[in-house]
Parts: sequence; structure tokens; C-alpha cells
Amino acid sequence: MSNQSENKPNFLKSLWRVLRTPSVSYSLGSVLLVGFVSGIIFWGGFNTAMEMTNNEEFCISCHEMEDNVYAEYKDTIHYSNRTGVRATCPDCHVPKEWQHKVIRKIQASNELLHKALGSIDSREKFEAKRLKLAQNVWRAMKQTDSRECRNCHDLDSMDFGEQGRRAVKQHSEALENKSTCIDCHKGIAHELPDMHDVDPTSVIGN
Amino acid sequence: MKYLKIFTILVTILGLGLAFQSRAQEVNSLRGPVDLDQDSNAPEMKKYPKDGKPIARDYVQQPPLVPHTIARYKINLKSNKCLSCHSWKNYRQFDATKISQTHFEDRDNNVLANVSARRYFCTQCHVPQADAKPLVENEFKPVSAITGE
Repeated sequence: MSNQSENKPNFLKSLWRVLRTPSVSYSLGSVLLVGFVSGIIFWGGFNTAMEMTNNEEFCISCHEMEDNVYAEYKDTIHYSNRTGVRATCPDCHVPKEWQHKVIRKIQASNELLHKALGSIDSREKFEAKRLKLAQNVWRAMKQTDSRECRNCHDLDSMDFGEQGRRAVKQHSEALENKSTCIDCHKGIAHELPDMHDVDPTSVIGN
Repeated sequence: MKYLKIFTILVTILGLGLAFQSRAQEVNSLRGPVDLDQDSNAPEMKKYPKDGKPIARDYVQQPPLVPHTIARYKINLKSNKCLSCHSWKNYRQFDATKISQTHFEDRDNNVLANVSARRYFCTQCHVPQADAKPLVENEFKPVSAITGE
């Protein structure tokens, strides 16, 4: 027993020593080449694997997504519209820039946990959590100044002359007040949660 | 007499035949005078004006018309897209017409603190208007009390 416990640090120590010792039998060139090639493979593989989790097909492979948010989304302007441009789940819910994308993907491990726990595995459970889930997304979009919206929509690129009376007024004010897309455009791609707690005057009941 | 009888029968058959034929051509169902094996032509879809100034009323107590598109606006127990601009709290921010006070009364004339259930589903009365040719001629004119003329 005592031998084993002494062996373990010895093994780690010897591994550390091997790693620290310069290579004797391999040339610097071959070490660099192997490192370079495996670097490309690992890096490319990592990004490819990450991109595989970054499309609509992957998102709706969970019934939680397919039966709730995706089903609702199919009835909205971002799914079907005059010009035939369609935004898929990651276009709005995953940042385009690499560093932000990796952070979001790490945060998604929490979603895997709740998939395992079955937190929203029925419509009723989903409806009960909808306000909290929606507020999470609203908060994130507010913090990033609606970054994902702006991949396609930009206030500076808008032709106010082509917009309706209501839109011109609201967008001009948004430019002045530095407000962000999600401040007004809530519930445009999925159903709104119960708004009693958000704006009681805009819904029935006291 | 015999010939007259035969002649009468022939005329009757011919007449009935012609009558049925003309009836067949006149059958005008909801899909129009189109044969069963042919597609009917649906009228062109009307376009609602995207956005405009409030539309003047045509008669007393007419529910004001909606001068903008309301496509995909949802009204259900969880949310009401109309009220997100037209409620008393929000109308100033969005420069919208505010919901009438009459909408806070229930059917027993009790004034509630929020919109009454019987006035909650806006599109039951308030509808957008497309510029469509009237299907039948109409000579209705609003009274001067409304037009101000």
C-alpha cells in the first residue's frame, strides 16, 4: 500500500522530467512538423465539431426545441417572408465571433444538464418556465446590444423613407436613446411568455 | 289529333332539355360559374396599407379602424400585441391611440382596474382596411356631425 502511494508521485515526476528533457532521437524539424500537423487536425476537428452543434437540425434534435420554440417559430416572419430569407436558430442564438461563440457553447452545458434533468420535457413544464427562459434571452441580448440581430439588421443601414410611420418614429428614437432591438422586438420569433409580470397593462386581468 | 299529341310531347321534351341545359350553365356557386373539373380563379389578395394616419369614422359609435397592418399580431391570455402600444401605460411612448375607457367596464357597468374580458379581443371590432372595390353599390354617406362638413 505504502509503495503504491509513493509510486504515483514518482510516475508524475518522471513524466514531467521526460516532458522537460530536450528530444534526443527526433530532430527539431520533425518535432515541429508533427506538432504543426496535429495542431491543424485538433484545431480543425474542434471547430468542425463545434459547427456540427451549430445548425438547426442539431438544435431541434431535442423534442424540447422541436415541439415548443421551433413549432412557434415556423409561424413567424424570420421563417417565412416576402424575400425568402430565413434565419435559423444559431443565427440569432449563437454569436458569430469565435470568442463569444465558445463562451456561449460552454454556457450551453447548463442546457445539457437540464435536458438530463428533464426540466422542460413537457409543454406544461416549458410554459411554467417560459418567462424565466425568455428573460434570460432578453437580458443577454440587452447586454450585447442585440449583437446577433445586428448581424443582419443595422440601424445605420435602414432606409427610414421605406419604413412605415410607426417604424420611422420608433427607430429614430432608438438611435437617439441608444436603445437596442430587444427593448421593443420581443416575442417576434417565439410566443411571448405570460406578460402579467412584465407589463400588466398590456394583458387581461388585474 | 295524334300528330298534335306527338308534337306537344316533342316540344315539351325539347323545352325541358333546353331549360336544363341553360340551368346547368347558370349554376353559380360560391366558387363562381366554373365547371367542377376546372380550377376557379381566386380573387387577387388585398394588400393592407403598411401604416398611415388614423382613419376617420363613418358613423356614430363606429369602432375606429386599424390604419396599419396587423399580420401575425397575437392576442391571447398571455399577451396582447395591440395593448403593447395602445394601453394607457404605453400609448404615449409609441404615439398610439389609447384604449377607450369604455373598455374597462364589464357587462354590469362595473369599472375594472384593467381591460374587461369582453373588450379584450381587439380584432372582434377593430379591423384594418384594404382599398377594395365594394362588391355591391353603396350610397351610404356619413352624417355631417361626423364629417364636420
